[in-house]
Amino acid sequence: MNFLHFMSANRQQVFELTLEHITLAGVGTLIAALVGIPLGIVITRIPSLSKPILGGANIIQTIPSLALFGFLIPAPWIGDRASRLAILALALYGLLPLIRNTYAGIRGVDPAVVEAGRAMGLTDRQLLFQVELPLASGVIVAGLRIAAVLSIGLATIAAAIGAGGLGEFIFRGLAMVNNQVILAGAVPAALLALAADFLLGLLERRLNSLRLRS
Amino acid sequence: MPLASSNEPAIEFDRVVFTLNGRPLLENLTLSVSQGETLVLLGRSGSGKTTTLKLINGLLMPNEGEVRVSGRSTKQWDPIRLRRDIGYVIQDGGLFPHFTVERNIAVVPRIEGWDRERIQTRVHELLALVGLDPQLASRYPSELSGGQRQRVGVARALAADPPILILDEAFSALDPITRSEMQKEFRALQQRMRKAVVFVTHDLREALLLADRIALMESGRVIVNLLAEEFSRSQHPLVRAYREAFSGPPESR
Repeated sequence: MNFLHFMSANRQQVFELTLEHITLAGVGTLIAALVGIPLGIVITRIPSLSKPILGGANIIQTIPSLALFGFLIPAPWIGDRASRLAILALALYGLLPLIRNTYAGIRGVDPAVVEAGRAMGLTDRQLLFQVELPLASGVIVAGLRIAAVLSIGLATIAAAIGAGGLGEFIFRGLAMVNNQVILAGAVPAALLALAADFLLGLLERRLNSLRLRS
Repeated sequence: MPLASSNEPAIEFDRVVFTLNGRPLLENLTLSVSQGETLVLLGRSGSGKTTTLKLINGLLMPNEGEVRVSGRSTKQWDPIRLRRDIGYVIQDGGLFPHFTVERNIAVVPRIEGWDRERIQTRVHELLALVGLDPQLASRYPSELSGGQRQRVGVARALAADPPILILDEAFSALDPITRSEMQKEFRALQQRMRKAVVFVTHDLREALLLADRIALMESGRVIVNLLAEEFSRSQHPLVRAYREAFSGPPESR
C-alpha cells in the first residue's frame, strides 16, 4: 500500500485536488439537475417534444468525453477557463439520466391518483407540485444518483484539459509510469463515487417509501 | 331555509353526444338530476356510465348538446371552480398515497384557502360523519383497510360541502359485508345531506338500495329511466335480463 505513503506525504495536494474534484462534479451535476428536471417535466406536458429532447440527450452521451471537452473549447466565455469547460461537459453528460428519470417518474405516477387530483379541482401547477413531483421524487433522485456517479468518474478526465481534480494524479502517474501516483488519484475518486452513490441511495429509498405507501 | 328558489335541476344532460376518435361513446343522452335526488347509472362495463360522470365535472366536454350544472353549461364554467363544487368518489378511494388521512381529506379546503383551525374542525367532523376513529387522521392510506380507505374517499369528497356528489363504482372493490355496511351508511347520509348524487354501478342490488331513480345504460344510450320502485316492476326486456342475472338460482331462495 505504497500509494498511502505518497498520499500522506502529499496530503495538502490530495486535499486540494479532492475539493476541486467535488466542485467540478458537484456543480456539473447541479446544473444538469437544474436543466434536466424542468426539461423532463416539460416533455410530460408536451409529448411531441419528448423524442427530440430525449434523443438529443442520448446523442450527447455517445460523444466520447475527450472529444466533447475538445468540441467545447471554442465556446465563448466557457472556453476561457478549463474548469468552466469541464463543468459544462459534465452537466451535458448528466442531462440524460435526469431528463429520462424525471419523465419516467412522472409518467409512472398512478393515473387514477392524478385523475382524482384533477377531478378535485387541483390546477396543473398544484397537481405537479403536490402530487406528481412528490410521487416521482424517488425515481428522480435515482437519476440524480446516476448523474452524480457518472460525473465523479468523468471528472477525472477533466485534468486532460487542465481543469484540475483528482485526474491530475492519474495523468501524472501515467506520464511517470508510477502506479502509486495513479492510485492516489483513482482511489479517492472511486471513494467519492461510492459515497455519493450511498448517500443518494439512502435519499432515494426514503422517497420511494412515499410512493410505495399506496 | 329549504324551499329552493327554483326547481332548476342541479345537473342536466341535453341531447349530449360524445365521441372519442370518431367512435360514439354517448348518443343523444338526456338526463336530469334535481337537488336532493340520487340518480343511479346502471349498466355493464363500456356502456358509457363513467364517461357520463366525467362530462359532469368537465373532465370531458360534449361534442354536441350541453351538460348544465346548476343551470350553467360546463363549457361556460371555470373547470377548476366546477370541479371544486362537485365531490368525486372513485373505486378504492383514489387517495394520495403520500398524504395522511387528514391531509387527504383536507385537499380541497386547503386549496380553497381555509385557515388551519377550520380545516382541522372540518376533518374531525367528517371522520365522525363517515364512521372513522379520529385516531386514524395521522395514518397513511396504505395503513388502512379497503373499507376505511373508501370512507376516507367519501369524507374527502364531502370536505368542502359541495352541492353535488358523483361516485364511480365507489363501493365495488369492497368485500360484501363492508360493502353492504357502506351502502346503508351512505343511504342514511344522503337522507340527511340531500345533495344531488349521481352514482355509477353495475350492481342492481346496490342500485335498488341507493337510488331514487335508475337510468339503465347500454351502448352509450339510456334505455330506461325510472323511479327505483318502477324499475323493479318494469317489463322492459333489458331490465328483466338484469333482474334475472341478479336473482340467482331458484333453490337458493
